[in-house]
Amino acid sequence: MLAINTIGKSFGGLIALNNVSFRVDGGSISALIGPNGAGKTTLLNIISGIFPPDIGKISFSGTTISDLPATKIARAGISRTFQQVELFGDMTVLENVMVGRYSRTRSGFISSGLRLPFVRKEERETRDRSLGILDYIGLRSRKDELASNLPLGEQRILEIGRALATEPGLLLLDEPAAGLNIRETRSLGEMIVRLRNEKKITILLVEHDMDLVMRISDRIAVLNFGEVIADGTPLEVQKNQAVISAYLGTEE
Amino acid sequence: MNRDNSLAVLVLIAVIIFVPLVSGSAYVITIGVFSGINALIAIGLCILMGYAGQVSLGQAGFYGIGAYVSATLTHHYGLPVPLCVAAAMIVSAFAAVILAVPSLRLKGHYLAVATLSFGEIINIALNEWGPGGPSGFGDIPTFNILDFIFDTTTSYFYLVWGCVVLVLLFSFNFINSRTGRALRALHGSELASRAMGLDVTALKIKVFVISAAYASLAGSLYAHYVTFISPSSFTLFYSILVLMMVVIGGITNLWGGVVGAILITILPELLRSFEEFDVLVYGLILTLSLMFLRRGLVPLLIEKIKQLRGPLIARD
Amino acid sequence: MLTVFLQFLFSGLTVGSVYALVGMGFNIIYNATSIINLAQGEFVVVGGLMMWFFSDSLHLPFIVSICLTILSAGLVGLLMERLTIRPLKSHDLLLMIMVTISVSIVLRGILAFKFGKDPYDYPAFSEGDPLNIGGAIIQQQTLWVIGITGLCIILLYLFYNKTIIGKAMRACAVDTTAAQLVGINVSRMVMISFVLSAMVGAIGGIAITPISLMEYDNGPMLAVKGFCAAIMGGLGRGRGAVIGGFSIGILESMTAGYLHSGLKDAVALVILLLVLFLKPAGILGSSAAARLRKF
Repeated sequence: MLAINTIGKSFGGLIALNNVSFRVDGGSISALIGPNGAGKTTLLNIISGIFPPDIGKISFSGTTISDLPATKIARAGISRTFQQVELFGDMTVLENVMVGRYSRTRSGFISSGLRLPFVRKEERETRDRSLGILDYIGLRSRKDELASNLPLGEQRILEIGRALATEPGLLLLDEPAAGLNIRETRSLGEMIVRLRNEKKITILLVEHDMDLVMRISDRIAVLNFGEVIADGTPLEVQKNQAVISAYLGTEE
Repeated sequence: MNRDNSLAVLVLIAVIIFVPLVSGSAYVITIGVFSGINALIAIGLCILMGYAGQVSLGQAGFYGIGAYVSATLTHHYGLPVPLCVAAAMIVSAFAAVILAVPSLRLKGHYLAVATLSFGEIINIALNEWGPGGPSGFGDIPTFNILDFIFDTTTSYFYLVWGCVVLVLLFSFNFINSRTGRALRALHGSELASRAMGLDVTALKIKVFVISAAYASLAGSLYAHYVTFISPSSFTLFYSILVLMMVVIGGITNLWGGVVGAILITILPELLRSFEEFDVLVYGLILTLSLMFLRRGLVPLLIEKIKQLRGPLIARD
Repeated sequence: MLTVFLQFLFSGLTVGSVYALVGMGFNIIYNATSIINLAQGEFVVVGGLMMWFFSDSLHLPFIVSICLTILSAGLVGLLMERLTIRPLKSHDLLLMIMVTISVSIVLRGILAFKFGKDPYDYPAFSEGDPLNIGGAIIQQQTLWVIGITGLCIILLYLFYNKTIIGKAMRACAVDTTAAQLVGINVSRMVMISFVLSAMVGAIGGIAITPISLMEYDNGPMLAVKGFCAAIMGGLGRGRGAVIGGFSIGILESMTAGYLHSGLKDAVALVILLLVLFLKPAGILGSSAAARLRKF
């Protein structure tokens, strides 16, 4: 579904990613792990088009996306959440999700300004679908609160809800469990699995919580200093010598 | 459009109807006409600044284009006024696109200077090549639709404020829909907006175009009211004045533009009696209002009303 | 041919000097606060009119008048900061900038009340015939203006690079929070920036008035030109304002001389726009630094 081919990226001489290749299969939950500064978020930013790679190619469902801007990539069906929550803080919970519907709707300034019949219909649909998503993620009761007033755990869930509204085929989650307590992390894990099972959304997550990663992932790629040092099932990765030394430091 | 705004529009319509009935003074109604013209341009700037987070010090440029294009077309070619007003809005919209495309890479102060330069260049162009040069030209036909001529102050008052109401309704409609939500999202987080598939650049250009069209409409209404225009009405100082209206009224709410425009239009009239002190008193009032209102009059009022309402709702 | 060119060049340098001084004034306050002080032009007017008041109205000696004028401008800057900027303590830059505009209106109101609406001037700093440089006739005051501007540039450079206060102010410009953490009194730096900026503006006013006269409402146009100069060079860059100021001044005088005086502002503004479109953070500005600042 997503094929990452020999991606390289450097920032002012500092190599962030070097020759990174791996695949994300359709319908899988894949994880990208690695120590801090390994280049995981950089890779997510490249996939979602926040900035382009220096070299290499990414294709999604057969089409090359690495030369597209973020907007087009989002429309192609890749959505994401952010490590530092990037909600629209002064908008309500419902409105945040409704913004997610943007790329799936049509009405423009003039047609909305004149409130043409198709606009009203589309607006109703947007509202209904967004409420449906809030039901699904369990935030319906919070719909009229400002996003910035939610606790962090719910903000992370809302970011997922907003991403769902774009009807993604692939969902990128950047450290969704960061700052969550054990109970919140567990229900987050359940939700991720449900998204894959019920909504058939492929998931690629970057995460530090190994417990969560090992429990829900089908496949794990490990980045260290911008390079893939291991790629396999959770069991294979756990036994991999290179991974162990990357995490624990090499014993000489 | 939510219930509070609908109610406020109804109140506004009632006030519009009653002002000329209660006040027989042509002077008061004339000030009302200018308040309405300023309100149109201020609403546009409110949307641009408060909802799209862009600054413009060039609104006088679009105001000038609106005035000159429709005045010239009606005066020299005798075309119907409403058609010329629409043509002027289209010309302003094109000018806005030409300005917006390269300018949108700029941020904050740099964008302010780019728009300022645009406004001044338009002003210089009007001085150099506009009909009548620096002294302008007159005999501009007054506004008419078919056979109905808005030749009394009162009828013009209704015309201008009718436009304000329509522009407000149009603006509230798109603000409370897909595009308006996108604008507010853009203001909240550009990063997340892009990740959600919002075409950021196109949205910014469109808002610029809308604010330019409103300013252009205001300019046309101005020209067909005073029937004499010269470049001196369309300078940087007018752009700054509009900015002042919007900041005093509150940029985060369209009503801020309307209220700010009315206050700033009336204020110099009230200060006439101070004679040589007028500039000083005007400056002091502005300074103190800015320092005490901060986020603007309308947001402050809304906050107070919410505080008053709060306990009532709690008791229910 | 060359004679005419030199004539235009010197008149451009003269106007450019004032723009550069106003532009530097913008930068001094911008670096300490991120505020664009649109009352900057009024500082120049205060300089010119107060100089007239002390030297021509009170007949005080030349040097005394200059010192008193600079001090009174500093006092205006101090009062402005104490009465508006400090009590407001807002992070809303737009609001702060609007306050500087309204303060400029207050200052104009006071100046109009005190000096009326007539233009003022006083004798040039040195008497004597105009100089002949390569055939161009240059008034002595022109050289005074350019020289004084040069001196201001050097003094400001020394202030920012050699004195403790100057270095502290540069630290505030880079990172206010960090400056506060190492014990720099940031709010004092803000105050000093207003005083200093007012004094720099006033010096420009003192020097230019014998050539171009001074009226109570010259401020806004000067502020706009100085703002453009600062932006052209890259906001916050000391040298940027100098380059921007002289570029705009020379462009204006060349356009007025060779093309048409009505177009002098237009050409300068078109060039400014082109500079911005090609280098969005000004000639010397780096876009990375511009991004760091919110506004």
